[in-house]
Amino acid sequence: MNLERYADRVLETARRHGATDAEVSVEARVAALTRFANSEIHQSVAEDTVRVTLRYVHGRRYGMAATGRLDDAALESLVERASANARSTAESDDWPGLPEPGPIPEVTGAYAASTGEATAERRVETVREVVAAADAAGVAAFGSFTTGAVTTAVISTRGVRAVQTRSDAWLVTVHMSPGGGTGYAETCAVDVADVDGAALGREAAGKARADDHAVDLAPGEYPVVLEEYAVVDLLAKLGRCGFNALAAQEGQSFAAPGLRVASDLVTVWDDGTDPAGLPTAFDHEGVGKERVSLIDRGRCVGLVHDTRTAARAGIRSTGHALPAPNPVGPLPTNMFMAPGASTREELVGRLDRGLLVTRFYYTNPVNPKRGIVTGVTRDGVFLVEHGEIVSPVRDLRFSVSYLDVLRGVAAVGKERKTLRGWYGGVSVLGDITVPAVLVDSFRFSG
Amino acid sequence: MEPHGTPTGAMREITDRALDTAVSAGADYADVRVVRRVEESVTVRTGRVESIASDESEGVGVRVFAYGAWGFAATHRYDADAIDRAAAEAVRLAKGAAPSLRRRVSLAERPRAYGTYATPVREDPFALPLEVKVADLLDADAALAVPGVVSTASTYAAQREWKTFAATDGSLTEQVFTHVGAGIEAHAVKGSEHQRRSYPEARGGRWQQAGYEFIRELDLKGNAARCGGEAVALLTAPPCPEGPATVVIDPSQLYLQIHESCGHATELDRVFGAEASYAGTSFLTAGLLDSRFRYGSDLVTLVADATVPGGPGSFGWDDEGVAAQRTTLVENGILTGYLTSRDTAPRIGRESGGAVRAESWNRLPLVRMTNVNLVPVPGMSLQDIVADTDDGLYLTQNRSWSIDDRRWNFQFGTEIAYEIKGGRLGRILRNPVYSGITPEFWRSCDAVADERSYVMYGNPNCAKGLPPQCVQVGHGTSGARFRGVRMGAGR
Ligand SMILES: [Zn+2]
Repeated sequence: MNLERYADRVLETARRHGATDAEVSVEARVAALTRFANSEIHQSVAEDTVRVTLRYVHGRRYGMAATGRLDDAALESLVERASANARSTAESDDWPGLPEPGPIPEVTGAYAASTGEATAERRVETVREVVAAADAAGVAAFGSFTTGAVTTAVISTRGVRAVQTRSDAWLVTVHMSPGGGTGYAETCAVDVADVDGAALGREAAGKARADDHAVDLAPGEYPVVLEEYAVVDLLAKLGRCGFNALAAQEGQSFAAPGLRVASDLVTVWDDGTDPAGLPTAFDHEGVGKERVSLIDRGRCVGLVHDTRTAARAGIRSTGHALPAPNPVGPLPTNMFMAPGASTREELVGRLDRGLLVTRFYYTNPVNPKRGIVTGVTRDGVFLVEHGEIVSPVRDLRFSVSYLDVLRGVAAVGKERKTLRGWYGGVSVLGDITVPAVLVDSFRFSG
Repeated sequence: MEPHGTPTGAMREITDRALDTAVSAGADYADVRVVRRVEESVTVRTGRVESIASDESEGVGVRVFAYGAWGFAATHRYDADAIDRAAAEAVRLAKGAAPSLRRRVSLAERPRAYGTYATPVREDPFALPLEVKVADLLDADAALAVPGVVSTASTYAAQREWKTFAATDGSLTEQVFTHVGAGIEAHAVKGSEHQRRSYPEARGGRWQQAGYEFIRELDLKGNAARCGGEAVALLTAPPCPEGPATVVIDPSQLYLQIHESCGHATELDRVFGAEASYAGTSFLTAGLLDSRFRYGSDLVTLVADATVPGGPGSFGWDDEGVAAQRTTLVENGILTGYLTSRDTAPRIGRESGGAVRAESWNRLPLVRMTNVNLVPVPGMSLQDIVADTDDGLYLTQNRSWSIDDRRWNFQFGTEIAYEIKGGRLGRILRNPVYSGITPEFWRSCDAVADERSYVMYGNPNCAKGLPPQCVQVGHGTSGARFRGVRMGAGR
């Protein structure tokens, strides 16, 4: 489907209506999902969806509208609605104008036809591998395997013209053992061929078996090794509440240049162009992705911006706008944390008496300004003594500052995983690449 | 309002085509939804109109039961080819899934669904000039800005959905839903302390199935100055004490407690593991129904009621064509039911409770809350309960929430607490947080207020499933008192 053709037509209509400027973003997604529970496939869905978003500018007024249809009448009505919205607003003293065209980085490896064209049979085959691993371990598999492709075109009267196609394959599995144990494994990749169902199935099955017959542990402070699946949540939450320029401008973020928010071992950045993640060349305003350093050896460096927050800060957008209307502000959607030097065994080996935590669940900010988050552990927590796992323990609740957690990082794993994290639950195609970490102290409230 | 008008059959060409293709491709049963949705929203931030947006979406979703398995495919195109492709794809997906099945899926019977339903609307929000809605919101937002408030956010939104449902058993329903919602919030910051007060609810406001009359009745402007003042006052208020306490919980927090610890916990698909890898499971395992599990104290009766006029989760028929009904989930403290679908209800020997909905045409219908309500108890008003409390806390307005994957271990924070001393509300306290274990908490309930404080709250952001889908759910509740609640852990 030639999305540019539709976008151009909308721009032309907007000009005819008297728009002084306009920006059209068209996103077409074809995706399918095979979900499984109790080792059976219980949901199989496919969708073919399109969304055209128009930002219509009339002087210092602007309005927006969107539609999920491509026929002439729908596109005509789109322009009418957006222009009516623009006319209903007062002139804005804060409207930065649409972004000017800027450099868009060359991105390779954002699309694999094997993923974009993956059939139901292909997904079923991978799910079968996951289930076979569960069967072999005598546990049950619950999860989902998504394959999809999204084409985005952003075109504006300012001269922005950006088009890209990306693909994503995402497998998640939770295995449950008759003894009450649960285990987790996840991966995401551009190429469906990089998703190894058997390996992930074995990982989750091994965890579930090891987690059987968990015992209660007294709440309190423990040194912990956080697996990649847990670390991803630290970055997702801090990215949203902290490194988002809108949160900072509204006084709700902890982030401030030079402020120490983590140990020297922690370096975090956002890079849409890195093929290790799910690469993307530009954001939803058609602004090229800039690599933004967020934490450099423990200290805050930068924030991610969209056009509006950048104008307020007197700088250029870093290319982190979300689809309009966006009350959340700009977000780092391709975060990376620098790897360290330790193997997983070395990280666990350094725990004299501590916990190995697989992942966090249902975490929510209690006090975003201090990075305080509450949540629970899930899918495998283990008591470690003298560097050896001695017993699985029951899930624990915590309310801690994620900044304190990062300040306590004493060692960083050398392997990394690329995960959807929080972005798995929203409509933005984002990902986070993280290592496991050893943290001096983590307080569980029980 | 009686859901029994005569459908127009306007979408017949599309629905017949989808069903015929599905059957000739091998479906034993198929249903199809044609959905058109429009939405408008206004966001004001700190005195400025941040965005005015309007959205529309339209398409066809075909669900089939074939080879003993489910398949679902959706398309935004209405041409015959696209509909044929979607129907055939749904059957192909079902066929692909079938060999993996280890348990036979059986569907609860239901009578043929036939008729119409529409939200009662007095003042059509979409017919009202945009200028009026923008001006109302700007007015309310301006009134929030008392000295010390650093930022404000005010939102208004309306959604309308036209939904045609047809199925191979001859079912045909046409429903029109209108939802509106609005809310305001004030933020105050001092050093590392950030405080928020909102009305009637943050995160998009409070929602109802209604017209703009509902927004007017909220009186956002009339509540704004109090919100702003309290946000500022909270910055220097003493922290809420920790440790066990008697708490009286306002409906503006209790509704979310119901949502998280009863609503999600009684979704029967969840109980059977359908959401285990994402949203989680439930501690309310099916065997607890037979053993008459004590969920709460005698005062606790919870119902799922899709028939409440104006309830955000009300309808004529659910997305499987099952008529709206009122199901008791917990009766006088004892677990008596679940939220069910046609394919889960038979597993507990019941008919479907009619609790299945999809976010839109492109999503698979799932077991969802309708309006899950705490039934008021005649006798004491909420004020009477406060007056009857010697030493306690009054908790208002949700601020943070978290619950584990079995809906067992929760923690909630509210925007504000008021001290209760000698039966009177006293000074305000900041950053209240309470946590607990679901059945212990509900068993500690020793007073539920009567209908005078009963409010229907709505949660427009309840996400479930993969890809995640949000539907409108409602929670009607009055205030209630709980003993020995664990306060603290928030800092
Ligand atoms: Zn929910």
